[in-house]
Amino acid sequence: MSKKAFRPDVDAPEYKGGYSPYDIIKEGTIAIVIIGLLTLLLAVFFGSPDEKAITVKAWSNAAPVDFAQTAVEELNGTSGTAGYGAPYNHNATGQQLGPLTLGKWVGVHIPINTVRDFIIAPLESQPSLPGLQSALAQWKGASTSVKNGWVANYTKASNNMSFSNGQLVVNATNSGPVPVLISDLTSMARSGALDQALITGSGYYTTDYTKPLLFLADSDYFPTLAAKQHLTGSQWGMMNETGQYPGQAWLWLYTFWYQVPPFNTSPNADVLIWGMMMLLTAGLLLVPFIPGIRAIPRKTKVYRLIWREHYATHE
Amino acid sequence: MSTTEIDRQWTTRLRKRVEGKLPPEKLLPDTQPAYVASWIYVFGVATLSSLILVIATGTLLAIRGPIWWHQSSIGHFVNSLHLWSVEIFFFSMIIHLWGKFFMGAWRGGRQLTWMTGVVTFVVSIVTGLTGYVSQTNFDSQWISTQAKDGINATGGGAFFNVLNFGQMLMWHIVLLPIAAVILTALHVLMVRVKGVVPPYEDEKKVAQ
Repeated sequence: MSKKAFRPDVDAPEYKGGYSPYDIIKEGTIAIVIIGLLTLLLAVFFGSPDEKAITVKAWSNAAPVDFAQTAVEELNGTSGTAGYGAPYNHNATGQQLGPLTLGKWVGVHIPINTVRDFIIAPLESQPSLPGLQSALAQWKGASTSVKNGWVANYTKASNNMSFSNGQLVVNATNSGPVPVLISDLTSMARSGALDQALITGSGYYTTDYTKPLLFLADSDYFPTLAAKQHLTGSQWGMMNETGQYPGQAWLWLYTFWYQVPPFNTSPNADVLIWGMMMLLTAGLLLVPFIPGIRAIPRKTKVYRLIWREHYATHE
Repeated sequence: MSTTEIDRQWTTRLRKRVEGKLPPEKLLPDTQPAYVASWIYVFGVATLSSLILVIATGTLLAIRGPIWWHQSSIGHFVNSLHLWSVEIFFFSMIIHLWGKFFMGAWRGGRQLTWMTGVVTFVVSIVTGLTGYVSQTNFDSQWISTQAKDGINATGGGAFFNVLNFGQMLMWHIVLLPIAAVILTALHVLMVRVKGVVPPYEDEKKVAQ
């Protein structure tokens, strides 16, 4: 029976050379001390960023018109969250990978109804304000078509919205209770009460910030702050962090695809890039089994640089 | 009890298997093949050392809870140590990975060693992301609201909600570190069992 042929990219030659003393415990100890000192020096000289979290209170005080207009979008269904689709609602098909609509298939597991969760439920949690209870009753008693008419009229007027003397100024007609709802929600937000209402909606103890984060992410204010900190998608996005820090530099390849065509203009960019990264990761995992790829190190001969002493003494 | 019966015990079998695969001189060697003499080998040890520091500094942060580092200068400093040990960890791991690629380190029945290394890299990336979204500051707000779109597009966001701080913190400080440590331990044990991959055949000699 013939001996199986040696496959240079799969098999390793038998080593018949010499051995050197090796103190694994000493090496490990020295490595921890050196890395520890390096970490200490970097921490002392560069510290770490800690830009304070934005609250709905801060947002609505800094940009009350943007807050109110975002609230109108939550009400009329044009906000990012209102028209998101799965896993929050059924209002969009979501991104497609060819014929596959993965998000839609998995379904709605974190239900968000922006009208109920961002506007009506928080206002209902408020103590009785003049006009608010009757406005809420009027809203709840109206048919969908009537509500849509009020919201459409208010949406048109809100394009010229301004804020003066602590009050929203909107020249809206035939808008039913909507002016009161938006005005009181803005006052609630400016007082800080909306922050609490959004996170305590499902109980006293909570660690889930999905609702306030989605509301905040629908604004113009939040991405404007992020752009100033070079954090938007076109600025290599989430691999960065505030200040001059390396951030998640290891995400460079993932973030890179968002900068180039066709991904930077594709409505399905996220799912396309995720699909591609999963394939690339599977490729990396299976390198030892892929002919051609597993031959790259042998053919590029970088190994001769790595083991130059070995080859110098064995040639 | 007969000797045969003892030999059949699961405990005895496991011990004999471990002794055969990983005798003490392999687990804690005092010599190495002479070819293990390159700076590239430093990065495997550096990855392991920085992982120990990442866990140590993360443990310190965990003692006083997730908000402490915003309120205390000592807490902020510990956070800085955590951040920089993570940066060194990833830097070392990526150099280690590419070094091992160009050494063809999967050769000689070491495919699983390579694969556990790649899976550890992926798990580390997810651990890093969950850490960034658990910082309870502007960075975590922005990164989580950006990251959600990618994960939601795959359907995974229904179960892995990056906007849910409590869920992300649990993954960051419990589930993923356990996975990373187990995978790292397996990876290191495989290196000890199989030894460090020998250099490629010298092609000049092969030609002769």
